[in-house]
Amino acid sequence: MSSIAGTKSGLTWAVQISVVLLVALWLFPTVGLFVSSFRTADQISSSGWWASMLPSERNETLRTANPDTQVQENGTWVIQGNLFEADRQAEISAWGITSQDIAAYTPGETADMGEDGRLTVEANGDYRLVNETEFSGRRGERVFVTASSPPEFTLDNYREMLFDPSNREGMTKAFFNTLTVVIPATIIPIVIAAFAAYALAWMRFPGRALLIAAVVALLVVPLQLALIPLLKLHLAVGIGKGYLGVWLAHTGFGLPLAIYLLRNYMVGLPRDIIENARVDGATDFQIFVKIILPLSFPALASFAIFQFLWTWNDLLVAMVFLIDATGETTVMTKQIVELLGTRGGNWEILATAAFVSIAVPLAVFFALQRYLVRGLLAGSVK
Amino acid sequence: MNPALQGVITIIVGVGGCIGYFYLSNQFLDKVLFPARGKHIGRNINRANMIRPWLFLFPAIFALALYLGYPVIETLRLSFTDRSLDGAFVGFDNYAQMASEPKFWEAMRNNMLWLIIVPAMSTAFGLLAAQLTDRIAWGNVAKSFIFMPMAISFVGASVIFKLIYDTRPANQDQIGVLNAIWLMFEGGPGSYLFLRLLPAGIVICFALLMAYVLYLALKPLFRREAGAGGSWWSVPLRLFAGFVAAWMIWLSAKSVFSVLAAEFAYGSPQTWLTLPFWNSFFLMVVLIWIQTGFAMVILSAALRGIPEETIEAAILDGANPFQIFFRIKVPQIMGTIVVVWTTITLVVLKVFDIVFAMTNGQWETQVLANYMYDKLFRANDWGVGSASAIVIMVLVLPILVWNVYNARKEMS
Repeated sequence: MSSIAGTKSGLTWAVQISVVLLVALWLFPTVGLFVSSFRTADQISSSGWWASMLPSERNETLRTANPDTQVQENGTWVIQGNLFEADRQAEISAWGITSQDIAAYTPGETADMGEDGRLTVEANGDYRLVNETEFSGRRGERVFVTASSPPEFTLDNYREMLFDPSNREGMTKAFFNTLTVVIPATIIPIVIAAFAAYALAWMRFPGRALLIAAVVALLVVPLQLALIPLLKLHLAVGIGKGYLGVWLAHTGFGLPLAIYLLRNYMVGLPRDIIENARVDGATDFQIFVKIILPLSFPALASFAIFQFLWTWNDLLVAMVFLIDATGETTVMTKQIVELLGTRGGNWEILATAAFVSIAVPLAVFFALQRYLVRGLLAGSVK
Repeated sequence: MNPALQGVITIIVGVGGCIGYFYLSNQFLDKVLFPARGKHIGRNINRANMIRPWLFLFPAIFALALYLGYPVIETLRLSFTDRSLDGAFVGFDNYAQMASEPKFWEAMRNNMLWLIIVPAMSTAFGLLAAQLTDRIAWGNVAKSFIFMPMAISFVGASVIFKLIYDTRPANQDQIGVLNAIWLMFEGGPGSYLFLRLLPAGIVICFALLMAYVLYLALKPLFRREAGAGGSWWSVPLRLFAGFVAAWMIWLSAKSVFSVLAAEFAYGSPQTWLTLPFWNSFFLMVVLIWIQTGFAMVILSAALRGIPEETIEAAILDGANPFQIFFRIKVPQIMGTIVVVWTTITLVVLKVFDIVFAMTNGQWETQVLANYMYDKLFRANDWGVGSASAIVIMVLVLPILVWNVYNARKEMS
């Protein structure tokens, strides 16, 4: 449809620009968090993340070295050095010697401070303070500079949140807890659902239509209804709060979609193959394992991605069925919510924590997007 | 036991157990119970084939019944009991108590706002993105970026947007984008354009859309002789849809007026999440941001499925691109739009994480799911909590019935 006759080139340009704007708008929030996770706490709280890409210009108050570093040169007393700390790259665009006029001089100019001497400051921060009499006092001269620093990013936030064992807010443990929840909760429903979907798609028995209708109905039942009855059940039979409970809950909640997706896919498989196999004497079990399962791989992959994303990103089920008072089994989403409460202003911590939890689903998303799209198209009830 | 080890064992036991169960039960059926040999061979094979589907289905039916079927009934029962009275039956007391709480009505009101705005905006943006990206070379790349928020958790998205809504005192640099933009407005013509005319224009577009819905809903009622079949319930349904649309138009008219008349606090940074009424909208943005990708993917597939001939015919008849879009394409994908709309509606009804993580229902942002969580696990009031869960279920029920109806129609 891209080749509609009569499409004007002006309109095409408008479309291109609109899409660029739309994509920018949709990426902007995530990029903001991503960039922030590489900035130090000071940088984050002193300027917006969008400013971090450009050299940042700041007004600063610096000092020359102490008078006891002075040396005597040809009858004058000289203090010289660099205004900036040892490893800092910055460029001075203007400087001054009083707080009333902080941009009185450009780099290279010399300021006459009367009996305090004459000061020359270069763009890279080198200075030279010269006087005919000996410098006295204990502190250096104040210099007001307008300096621009190049963009600066750091991996320290990640180092601290992931690899610092003494950090009790670290994400490592929560990361592995999430992983522990996710893998069984993704695999088990697939196995159960695949068998049921085969029966619903290829076996004839009374009540089949009713069961399919029931699956469609359960597809939309809010899991909120299940919280209290199931928690009571788990406590009553001794599962309590823990991994087993959360695996079972995710299995139960994921089944309707799994059965629905897989059944819809299996129904579309060619009838001939299955009937030929039957004629050749294959049992249903053999047909299922040797023919249906390999052919259904795309649908299995779709559901696996759905269930993976959903269990990885879940907060409610984990809070109800998994996380007990000790907090040993906390998952990443819950940890982030807690950090939002206790470290509301510490964006370097929040951004890093959030990105640690977002990174894996994003990787899965970009790697397996094809299957996700296919699953979405099959899964939305038509 | 180490949880990772426990996880591995669970996978082995779960998967192995399932496969073992299926294999052994089939073997048992074929070899022991009804062996396909001897003098009853025909009868045995028939019987085995009657039982086999249930062997395949049993684990799924058991899990579904236990984890979704039973809780619905149990929650309904709990909503009529009182935990502090040892689970005694108290009739509709829980519902009465819930109805007397202002927080519940606040949650209902907010949920209704969410239900209107999030599906509408997500579908509209999704349709726009689908239509635009289908026409350019790098459309697929653009699509994956717009689709990407689907992979981000609601909690992660909440952190992302909390950074956007962050507020610093007036004399510091703002680190939240929204405040940085806000401080650029000073009340001049630009502010008038972007803060009054643009939102008013969007609301008017929405009102026009609703007027179109109203027209679609009521048109057949005045032309019954045209022989538009339909069941007995189509009349009340159409009247209801018409009523909702009319109500939306009235609300839109009111908000256009209020946007044009409102006093804005130019020049002072705002704490967006504590502004009553408006803060709900800032939370909705998060969900719209996530759900637009979903709408776009589904609608883009539907747009591609439109028969080329209809569009070519329209071009030959001299239709311009806008006419093609609104009069040829949109009517043909109306069914898909309804599906997208209802699916997002379901997500909205259950929305919990975003509110929980961003405001926890303070500053008049409560929604039903978070209200329910509050009641269940903070107030420990299982009666009222279950009652509010039932309210969510009742709101979902029409969609459930509609889905089942459609699925059955499709299969027969």
